Amino acid sequence: MALLSFERKYRVPGGTLVGGNLFDFWVGPFFVGFFGVTTFFFAALGTILIFYGAAIQGTWNPWLISINAPAIEYGLGLAPLREGGLWQLITLCATLAFISWALREVEIARKLGIGLHVPVAFGVAILAYVTLVIIRPILMGAWAHGFPYGIFSHLDWVSNVGYTYGNFQYNPAHMLAVTFFFTTCLALALHGALILSAANPARGQLMKTPDHEDTFFRDLIGYSVGTLGIHRLGLLLALNAGFWSAVCIVISGTIWFEAWSEWWNGWLQLPFWADIPGGVNG
Amino acid sequence: MAEYQNIFTQVQVRGAPELGIVEGVELGNRSGGGTFSAFLGRLGNAQLGPIYLGAIGTISLACGLIWFVMVGLWFWDTAGYNPAVFVRDLFWMSLPPPAPEYGLSIPPMREGGYFLIASFFLLISVLLWWVRTYLRAEALGMGKHVSWAFASAIWLFLVLGLIRPIFMGSWSEAVPYGIFPHLDWTNTFSLTYGNLFYNPFHALSIVFLYGSALLFAMHGATILAVSRLGGDRELEQIVDRGTASERAALFWRWTMGFNATMEGIHRWAWWFAVLTTLTGGIGILLTGTVVDNWFVWAQQHGYAPLD
Repeated sequence: MALLSFERKYRVPGGTLVGGNLFDFWVGPFFVGFFGVTTFFFAALGTILIFYGAAIQGTWNPWLISINAPAIEYGLGLAPLREGGLWQLITLCATLAFISWALREVEIARKLGIGLHVPVAFGVAILAYVTLVIIRPILMGAWAHGFPYGIFSHLDWVSNVGYTYGNFQYNPAHMLAVTFFFTTCLALALHGALILSAANPARGQLMKTPDHEDTFFRDLIGYSVGTLGIHRLGLLLALNAGFWSAVCIVISGTIWFEAWSEWWNGWLQLPFWADIPGGVNG
Repeated sequence: MAEYQNIFTQVQVRGAPELGIVEGVELGNRSGGGTFSAFLGRLGNAQLGPIYLGAIGTISLACGLIWFVMVGLWFWDTAGYNPAVFVRDLFWMSLPPPAPEYGLSIPPMREGGYFLIASFFLLISVLLWWVRTYLRAEALGMGKHVSWAFASAIWLFLVLGLIRPIFMGSWSEAVPYGIFPHLDWTNTFSLTYGNLFYNPFHALSIVFLYGSALLFAMHGATILAVSRLGGDRELEQIVDRGTASERAALFWRWTMGFNATMEGIHRWAWWFAVLTTLTGGIGILLTGTVVDNWFVWAQQHGYAPLD
């Protein structure tokens, strides 16, 4: 495996959290490390179990393969492999593989002498996953509340859980999460476009500068967040999208049990306007 | 070791405001000064302004304001001109499109004519804002990447409010103006056409939306992680690669076996964001015009269970 032209001088020992020099090596472009070994182990085991589950299910149509959580009767107990035990093992493998991957990122960041922003950010994504398949099922008392591992079966789960609480779009945390997702997409489009438009001016022109970037955005909307600020803003927006997604699902079925549209009745019932006729709700 | 973790700006240096470079800009249309916000300075630049107005920008803002005020006045009327009711019911209020029986004709004001007029102003405002993104880039000699990305968002906007209603032969297909009403519209739309989750273009749009969040988290975090080494000076790093770019690239190469370049990551970013609304618009346009029930369509094409 070819190294990048500048790569050799960065391939130095050190930075590991566990195992000292024992796993401090590369395979092709991949750094291994102790957590590379555990990542590989749990990812491979989980993947094999998914194939085992598909064989039991009897379909190899990738859209329809689904590893389902145990039935509600099993509560928080262990289920037989064919009855959801596979889902439990795969969930465990996935969680440990994700955490291993994050810790491997920490080792790589330490080795390169750079900040830990990426593993911290990945931690928020892991938190959202763990919230869906571990925290919320435990709070609700049954692994049955975890989502199935399948391309369209997990969409059905989202649909069904959404309608269990009426129209899920009335969930205020869901509103926040969706808003953060859309805003992240907007900011990403603007950032990507701004860099490309400065680096790729019209034919025959010199490449533009960060001053052009600032001037363009100030001309357009009166504010330019700046070359450093946009990366803070983008990271904050993206992490909030993941965080509020986790919040919106963990509060459904644990502290709120009705349709989410009912949640807004508290606002309508405020004493100083509850009895005024007219409008939409009068 | 990683002791320096760039999160917020701790010490703000402040000089005279940057008034912007000139290139081909008509300076008469650019406001003269700028102010500072220490709060904004914690995250990014503290400077607010100057801004470029000019005919196109002014008309665009005016048309947008007319749309906003027209919707607000409709809500004000719904509230019976009572401020308490206005605040209480604001999220429930709706300025709906005309009823189906009016087709593509122009109904009386109270039956949807008002909605069409407000929508017209919104359309003009959005299109002129697009022209503005183009002309501001042109005046500075920059590429038009912002304009083409914005055009992708406008495509989804046009499909929802103009193109699909025309294909369906009725303005009633447009999205109502209102917080809860537009959410109800989305929900009803999915149920009417047999679960939008089985619309492959909807699926693609979601993939690119989530992918955009993933990419920005990865990119934002990577640049902050190498900001100690000047990684935020991206244009400079594109043409004169420094150790910040090298470490950022190697981080991902060692993590997942692949890395973008300092310029390439912005192409990934641009395409993911642009494809979100591009595929989303295609998905909406096909719904009800070409496909009546996405679940049945999915069954016919082998990706939904048959029982």
